[in-house]
Amino acid sequence: MSAVIGITFGNTSSSIAVATQDGKVDVIANPDGDRAIPSALSYVGSDEYHGVQAEHQLIRNPKNTIINFRDFIGKPFEEVDADAKYQVGAPAIKTADGSVGYEITIDGNTKTLTVDEISKRHFKQLKLAAEDFIGKDIEGVVLTVPTNFNEQQREKLTQIANESGLKVLQLINEPSAALLAHLSAEEDRLLQDKIYVVADFGGIRSDAAVIAVRGGVLTILATAHEFGLGGDKLDDALAEYFAKEFEKKTKANPRTNARSLAKLKAESIVVKKTLSNVQTSTCSIESLAEGFDFHTSINRLRYELAARQPLSDMTAFVEKVVVKAGLETLDIDEVLLVGGASHTPKLASNIQFIFPETTTVVAPSLDPKAINPTELVARGAALQASLIESFDEEEIKESLQPIVVNTQHLVKPIGIKDAEGKFQAILVAETAYPIKRSIQVTNGESSSVIVELFEGKRTVKETVIEAEKDEDESDDDYSDDEPEVKREVVYEAGELLAELSLKDLKPNSKLEVTVNILQNGVLHLSGRELKQGSVAVRGEVTSA
Amino acid sequence: MSIVLPSLPAGKTDAFKAVAKFTAPVRRPVEPVGRYFLAHASRTLRGHTWSEFEKLEAEKNVKQIEEDQDDDLGDEEQSEELLAHDPREWKTADLYAVLGLSHLRYKATEDQIRRAHRKQVLKHHPDKKSASGGLEQDDFFKIIQKAFDVMMDPTKRQQYDSIDTASDPKPPAPKSKYDFFEAWGPVFESEARFHKKDPLPPLGGLDATKEEVDNFYSAWGKFDSWKTFEFKDEDVPDDTANRDHKRYIERKNISNRKKLKQEDNKRLIELIERAYSEDPRIKLFKEAAKKEKERKKWEKDAGSRKAAEEAAAKKAAEEEAAKKAAEEAASSKANSKKAKEAAKAAKKKYKRSIRGSVKDVDYFGEAAKADAIEADVDVLIERFDDVQLGEYAAKVKDADAGKVKATFTEAVSVLTSSGKLDTSLLKYFV
Repeated sequence: MSAVIGITFGNTSSSIAVATQDGKVDVIANPDGDRAIPSALSYVGSDEYHGVQAEHQLIRNPKNTIINFRDFIGKPFEEVDADAKYQVGAPAIKTADGSVGYEITIDGNTKTLTVDEISKRHFKQLKLAAEDFIGKDIEGVVLTVPTNFNEQQREKLTQIANESGLKVLQLINEPSAALLAHLSAEEDRLLQDKIYVVADFGGIRSDAAVIAVRGGVLTILATAHEFGLGGDKLDDALAEYFAKEFEKKTKANPRTNARSLAKLKAESIVVKKTLSNVQTSTCSIESLAEGFDFHTSINRLRYELAARQPLSDMTAFVEKVVVKAGLETLDIDEVLLVGGASHTPKLASNIQFIFPETTTVVAPSLDPKAINPTELVARGAALQASLIESFDEEEIKESLQPIVVNTQHLVKPIGIKDAEGKFQAILVAETAYPIKRSIQVTNGESSSVIVELFEGKRTVKETVIEAEKDEDESDDDYSDDEPEVKREVVYEAGELLAELSLKDLKPNSKLEVTVNILQNGVLHLSGRELKQGSVAVRGEVTSA
Repeated sequence: MSIVLPSLPAGKTDAFKAVAKFTAPVRRPVEPVGRYFLAHASRTLRGHTWSEFEKLEAEKNVKQIEEDQDDDLGDEEQSEELLAHDPREWKTADLYAVLGLSHLRYKATEDQIRRAHRKQVLKHHPDKKSASGGLEQDDFFKIIQKAFDVMMDPTKRQQYDSIDTASDPKPPAPKSKYDFFEAWGPVFESEARFHKKDPLPPLGGLDATKEEVDNFYSAWGKFDSWKTFEFKDEDVPDDTANRDHKRYIERKNISNRKKLKQEDNKRLIELIERAYSEDPRIKLFKEAAKKEKERKKWEKDAGSRKAAEEAAAKKAAEEEAAKKAAEEAASSKANSKKAKEAAKAAKKKYKRSIRGSVKDVDYFGEAAKADAIEADVDVLIERFDDVQLGEYAAKVKDADAGKVKATFTEAVSVLTSSGKLDTSLLKYFV
């Protein structure tokens, strides 16, 4: 097992993963047995608690429990929304140097811990868990960051990780890591040219990205972020539902007491997770408020109704990012759901509903083989870590230069027209340079053929599917719904770019048309017969 | 199925014609993840064209395939004897040699065994033998399968490894001359594999400390072997025939195992004892310990030894002193005798020179009175003591007549005044 790992450091939870020799990835559990390790630290007396143990302290000891601190890294206090409703546990304060900190009582003494210090302690715990699992010292780590982390935050995070003994090999974007893990899962699907939406529903924030995969190279077309939207909202909705039930039964209001609220929230999280897997769940809280116990059962439908608002917000959020990318839901080939809230079956089915049937939505409730969405990002980071393990620092740095990373992308697809006048794409839109792609064609019966190179033009084809007439029930005449319209994106030949002719061919011989765009943006078109000693016909086209 | 190209319209003759430019591209950052990005980076950085890049990738692939081959298994051939081994007696065959793994033996990994088995099956399968015109003999193939069964079952393999000690390094012949570490190192190394728990400390070299050596022997003294001897069991018959007989065989097997185990333990203990007795370091430590003891004793006896030393020294000093005194006495005795003789000789010489002095100056020009002068000189000489004698002899030596005469006159007056001489006895010096 290699000694390089991938770490996802989230606001709510973190994961660690390591790639094994056979290309598989192990997600590492911490000593408590959790693979999604809550990013929480809590101080009781002189003891430090981490992970789930710290999260439990939110009920009894919220003043000394720190959670949801990742987004504060590398930001001045003025720029963060420390009073947001979703912030629980110890309140964030402004430290001497203007960054964010927390006031914590350790062993009777009040101490100010900066976010950097908290993160460092968190990283050390993660490092310990990883080293216990691997049995070796950790040599390097790939960290994931949200796409909206700025340069300063990235630098700060790298510095913190380095100071806690983890050598950062590379920082990668969370959606790219998730997609990498998803596409490398079974057979290598990286080479399929598709457009993906990666929607990450975390605890207190949601992120989405539209990513084009072209020839194995990933390009982010658009991103969207929403703070406060996430699994927490679902928990709150469920807690509110339980609170109402409780009030109805006992006439006691659990919302007035912070401790009751915390108990309710903790139980709601458990119920939510249970309902992702089964249809009904029980909820029982001892001494919820005013000494009354609370016991009830809830089915999935009721939960979905209670959480309708946040669920539809999430769906709308996904739709928003597609629009932001200048695309329609038709253009999306796959939607990958990431993050803990993606376990919710209703969320997956809602998202499936807004996309056409041709779009696959990857979520555990729709596809039992899908990778656990909470682990996807860490898995991707581990894969990336194992890929760049053999490179030295210089090489990695060199590969991340803007000249390499910032690349020209085709705006429109390029292809040829076949005998029936249909456009056949060779290179699809958003393909990064340099690229070379060939297709095999034939000349049919004619002895001379023409290769016409076109730019594709996107059109949406609408076909009306006639509702099947059910003979038996035709007299009911209830089918007043509109006829179903199937919409699909079809590329038609747009502007002609070049013509190339191949002559003196035997009938049905095999031909190859190659399009090669170089670094300098010059397109080389060549056509040749696939036989020994054939001479290719070549030509160049430049870009506007 | 495949795309059919439109036929060339009449009148077009150009092989290639660029008509328009394609839409200007947009610059976007690509995500630096995945191996295709790394490929993209290397193409961009190194400026490889696609065909060059494909060539490099192809080379890489070839290398990987070559590395996958069974280089670690070697090309071991079974001996004729082994090939002709009776499959019913498979237990007596060298099962590692059967699989072509005699160079690895207990070190062979499961993967290596699997691959070796596959290799042997391909070579010795009865179908293959008969196809190549040989007899349909599957004897050796049966042994291969038996060997593979044993090797794949961890318990059975352990049992086999327990008795597979024929090729282990042997300890050197007793009473022969050998380098201890070269001869015993491999022996201990190979025996160590039978230890149940934690790795044993290494034998070390001649420069090992006493603690290390003690540690080594105490660890080996506590050796806990996992050796079992089920492999040497006699086959237990089915109990359909005779249950008593079966039980008898079983009992026999158990006692036999116990016996073998005891024998093996005894062998190991003897081995360790022998090594201990022959270990040059132990001898060195013993010598060092002996020296240390002596030194301690020496220190302990320091008081009484000092007294004895002092007494001896005193005695010696006394003896020395006595000896010295005796010597001195003897020498002084000899010296006084010599001095006396010398003094006598000197007196004689002085007397002669004084007597001769008057003659040398011709009796002061008065030769007639020579007898009287000589008589007077004799008288004077007799009256002189030793000191005066030397004094006057020196004075008269080589002196002229006047001086000699004055000397004698002076002597007379000195002697007279001291009352030693009566002037009446003198005839000349009056």
